[in-house]
Amino acid sequence: MQLPRARGPISAGVLAALAGPPYDLAPIARRVGDLPDGTDLLADDDLHLALWSLYELHYRGFDRVDPALEWDPELLRLRRAMEEVFEAELRRRSAPHVERTLAADGDLATRLFGLAEGFEGPSVARYVHRDARREQLLELMVQRSIYHLKESDPSSWVIPRITGAPKAALVELQYDEYGAGRPERLHATMFGDALEGCGLRREYGAYVDVVPGYVLASNNAMSLFGLNRRLQGASMGHLGAFEATSSLPCKKFAAGIRRLGLPDVVAEYFDEHVEADAVHEQLAFRDICVGLVDSGQADEADVVLGATVCLMMDTLVGERLLEAWQAGRSALRADLGAAAPAHTAPPGAGDRPTTAAVAS
Amino acid sequence: MRLVPDPEPVVFGSGDVQVVACPDGPLLVRGADAVRDSGGELHPTTRPVVAVCTCDKSQRLPWCDGTHKVVRRR
Repeated sequence: MQLPRARGPISAGVLAALAGPPYDLAPIARRVGDLPDGTDLLADDDLHLALWSLYELHYRGFDRVDPALEWDPELLRLRRAMEEVFEAELRRRSAPHVERTLAADGDLATRLFGLAEGFEGPSVARYVHRDARREQLLELMVQRSIYHLKESDPSSWVIPRITGAPKAALVELQYDEYGAGRPERLHATMFGDALEGCGLRREYGAYVDVVPGYVLASNNAMSLFGLNRRLQGASMGHLGAFEATSSLPCKKFAAGIRRLGLPDVVAEYFDEHVEADAVHEQLAFRDICVGLVDSGQADEADVVLGATVCLMMDTLVGERLLEAWQAGRSALRADLGAAAPAHTAPPGAGDRPTTAAVAS
Repeated sequence: MRLVPDPEPVVFGSGDVQVVACPDGPLLVRGADAVRDSGGELHPTTRPVVAVCTCDKSQRLPWCDGTHKVVRRR
């Protein structure tokens, strides 16, 4: 994957550092520590592209970027500063739901399912089912490609950190996500097939430059929980809520895709998730989340935090997406024609990332 | 020829088959090769764990598709 285009001073500084030394991150760290009032910490383009780019060092990395930067102390310090700001906002915004769920009656599994089912969000699935135009569906696929081309990977960070029955259940779930031994059934690969079926590009990271900051933020929440061992309960709560809000919407997505007459391979990705996620939600909430809490490997509050953050970010993404569509606007930062790589070399010393390379 | 319908789905597996009932939800079945639905039809599977519908409202019988949540809310 190529380095993305910067969206402001923070991401410009981070991307310049990734492109090669020498770099001075002190001014960037000061900016992160003193963000302007009114910065939308769950959607800001500059902040979340910078954080997303640092997280990507732990997944697939970037072309012509030194892989050793994954453990560069200066970059990690900067990442930590961005995570603190982001995590504090996630905790602040999710607090009412978390408190209500912790205080509710019933066992933890029942409360987690109740939280997921009771969360009032806009229904992107209903819109896709009945109303979406073909180009809107493509925009949805592009937004989702950021996560679904690495589907389930953020949850895998938790595997070596836990033990016993919850570990067996997590690996069982992930084995299914990863195709149960059949590479063509890897969910990320099936999503790539679906992108191709839509006439879109399947390469990892192909559309990073066109997705809005809120999409990167929702991805960053998963990496935040997955990469920080102290947040393993939140990571698994997030996984459970994701799975528990998947089967029914996927049924509507598949129906909408068939209504639009797209190739079967596109709807089949969603068909697979109707069935798979009906299994996964039970595994994730009952065997993994409850199992972790019962065995003292996670705090109930962390699990509920992760579940709430998943639902909250999903709501935010859905609201912004539908808001754009209902106003007759694109939900992307640039049209899809502009998503092709415009540069073949990463930004170097003479070609620093600019802040206005993509029209917003 | 249609056999006499079974009242409940029947699970087949060549090895150790485990069945766990989820409260207000499906049966989680590990190690199944196939599930015969109440109409007598055999549904093969390659999934390591399957969720078998118990509310009879799924549109992908015998598999759970999450519809029990909608049914419960009504």
